[in-house]
Amino acid sequence: MSADIVLSCEGLVKRFGGITATDKVSLQLLRGARHALIGPNGAGKTTLINLFTGVLPPTAGSIRLLGKDISHLSPHQRVQRGLVRTFQINQLFDGLTPLQTLAMTVSQHLGMGATALRPLGHDPRVAKRCENLLSQFHLLEVMDHPTQQLAYGKRRLLEMAIAMACEPSVLLLDEPVAGVPAGEREELLHTVAALPADVSVLLIEHDMDLVFSFAKSMTVMVNGAVLTEGRPAEMAADARVREVYLGHGGKHG
Amino acid sequence: MNRSALSLSLAAKPRWWEFALWAFLLSLPLLLPTHALLISEITVIALFAMSLDLILGYSGILSLGHAAFFGMGAYSAALFAKHINPDPLLGLAVATSVTALLGAICSLGILRGSDLTRLMVTLGVALILQELANKLDFITGGADGLQGVVMGPVLGQFEFDLMGQTAAWYTLSTTLAVFLLLRQVVVSPFGFSLQAIRDNALRAQAIGIPVYARLIAAYTLAAALAGMAGGLQAQTTGFASLDVFGFDRSADVLLMLVIGGTGWLWGGIVGAVVFKSLHSIISAWTPQYWTFWLGLFLVLLMLVGRARLIRPWTWGRRA
Amino acid sequence: MLTLLFDGVAYGMLLFILSIGLAVTLGLMNFINLAHGAFAMAGGYTTVLLMQHAGLPFLLCVPLAFVFTALLGAVMEATLYRRMYNKPHLDQVLFSIGLTFMAVAGVDYFVGSTQQLVQLPEFLKGRTELWDGALGMGHYRLAIIAVCVVLTLELQLLLVRTRFGSQLRAAVDNQRVAAGLGIDVNKVFLLTFAVGSGLAGLGGALGAEVLGLDPIFPFKFMIYFLIVVAVGGTSGLTGPLLAALLLGIADVAGEYYIPKLGAFIVYSLMIVILLWRPQGLFSRGGK
Repeated sequence: MSADIVLSCEGLVKRFGGITATDKVSLQLLRGARHALIGPNGAGKTTLINLFTGVLPPTAGSIRLLGKDISHLSPHQRVQRGLVRTFQINQLFDGLTPLQTLAMTVSQHLGMGATALRPLGHDPRVAKRCENLLSQFHLLEVMDHPTQQLAYGKRRLLEMAIAMACEPSVLLLDEPVAGVPAGEREELLHTVAALPADVSVLLIEHDMDLVFSFAKSMTVMVNGAVLTEGRPAEMAADARVREVYLGHGGKHG
Repeated sequence: MNRSALSLSLAAKPRWWEFALWAFLLSLPLLLPTHALLISEITVIALFAMSLDLILGYSGILSLGHAAFFGMGAYSAALFAKHINPDPLLGLAVATSVTALLGAICSLGILRGSDLTRLMVTLGVALILQELANKLDFITGGADGLQGVVMGPVLGQFEFDLMGQTAAWYTLSTTLAVFLLLRQVVVSPFGFSLQAIRDNALRAQAIGIPVYARLIAAYTLAAALAGMAGGLQAQTTGFASLDVFGFDRSADVLLMLVIGGTGWLWGGIVGAVVFKSLHSIISAWTPQYWTFWLGLFLVLLMLVGRARLIRPWTWGRRA
Repeated sequence: MLTLLFDGVAYGMLLFILSIGLAVTLGLMNFINLAHGAFAMAGGYTTVLLMQHAGLPFLLCVPLAFVFTALLGAVMEATLYRRMYNKPHLDQVLFSIGLTFMAVAGVDYFVGSTQQLVQLPEFLKGRTELWDGALGMGHYRLAIIAVCVVLTLELQLLLVRTRFGSQLRAAVDNQRVAAGLGIDVNKVFLLTFAVGSGLAGLGGALGAEVLGLDPIFPFKFMIYFLIVVAVGGTSGLTGPLLAALLLGIADVAGEYYIPKLGAFIVYSLMIVILLWRPQGLFSRGGK
């Protein structure tokens, strides 16, 4: 039913000079989805995310969020409508502490972001939400440490926490466990699995364990175009998909 | 109160030494009455440097032309006093408003582009204004400057005296008011969003912060406050000359702020005091070659690392 | 009008030679070197002092200015600049402003603040008029154009045909990968900085007669060099070359047609261009 589609793109094309990074991609994300986007390096997955979030303007095609065309909206406007992403390489605010970062993000989404004459946290809702997020993402102990000094695993958790502080309806996760040491992956995987059921998630990943444990559906991209989509079990059995990964259905990098 | 609330409210409270320092600063005209004019001068520069901190320290915008706003404020205040009304507070309000308008327009030029682009655009604006002031000499007095600005009494009561007492109190109280305002701003959600933009504009945008709108607001405010400083300068010295727009002034205030430390609001005040003191001491030895020693100081400071200079108690804290 | 164009082109070519070192330094080391004007000044003063005190002919002094300034640049790069590469732009700006202050004060102290006059050899003085005076070509300006064109071609050859050139272009594109390929990035930096400073010195020597030479030369002209780089971009020679020519012609034409407005034209044009294309008029996007 179309009412259940939260994010979609129709015939999306992105060309950089002679290179077609996104080749007539059409994709639909349903409400409550746990959808994975996989493909070899250079398949255009991150470009697609950048098109969804508005960082890159499309050469052709349109994007709809919760039924409305958002193709002309700027990135921050899309976020305000509930479309939020995380980055493969942590994009944090090194000069702030995790508490300050989250408090500022929460304030922004409570509509208080432009308040200039009351201190951060004057509204009790902010501290309450921060406490929840810090606890959920195991950041309570480091909440007052400068972000610059945090261990990598904590930084990755903060990366996710920031996105959740934006109260997303649609969450685009770009390789959330990339570079996370084996010992800290569990923590992160747990948190990803525990995301609220009403948040729709599109996950880019190379880690097939994560994909198979997390995703209910998958899209496979190659050379900027969609190769096929369906459920993980079907994909694993699909000969074309296996070929694309050179016969190994396994982990990358 | 949970831990988050506690931590946030503690961070927003002023520290005890801030009260102590301000009490000391406000008592200076009484303690050093013969230096009242110097106190006034340093206070004005400190206000100017604080305004730069808002865009450099808190928003991460490199500017080599902040004097454009100082100069605009100075000439606006001088012209207003000369031709319309010599009341100081009214003139100050006018100077601040006019400069705010200029700042809003100029802010459009610093939104996009690299550090170099911003340096060039800000520098260019200051140079253009300087040229304008030079060429429109029938209004501004050109290279001779605008002389004979006689001010009325502050609040209708306090005449500007030759010793500079009124000027010192006037500038100190205005600067304190601005400090209190900025103190609120930098610990507000708005203030933190500026720091976020400084640290990572891409991510700031990706969490829903309207980056351009915030930068325009910050730049306009900073410009207005620089204009206020310029206005105070013109009012307390009685004239305005072309050097208020000069590159020297933009470079000096940048240097002062760096000496005092960016991003903690006191940098402007500390830097102004240290810079002016150094200037007096070194000029007494070698009046002609102050620029050489200044240059050497800059080179050494940058090589060693500017964060280490003035605030040893932060060596553990911020990198 | 043709004469104006000619003078503008001469000025522009000179600006290009003066600024190209700055463009490459920014593109290669991501370093904003506001002391570049001081190197140009060093070249000018070397020429003047050699001519006045050692009695050397002008034509010998100009290449000597290049050599001396290049050596100076090499020494400074290895001892001082190298430590500043990874520091924030603000620190680099203040560092190089500091160097400029020292250079200006130093020259003022040792040589004095009066304008230095350069005695050109006889054959470079004089003027040729074409088409009933529609085009007046000063011989010196003609020589400047000729020298600069030759230098530009040599630079292009250097970049495109030599091994060093390809190493340089690789390092500009992606420093880490270039180092990983075995390119000695430190050596590339050193040589590039030296040549860039040397060219600035050469430009200062050539330009002393046309632009004037006094201790505040860096302050007067630094903004022009910066305009060339900001507008022309840092990825290649063509961008700065076109920007320099544009700037030279605009400045000369502005001075002639609307002298009252003088510098406005240049500054306003620059701001408009940077507002329209913040990455520079000709760059392929970059920093």
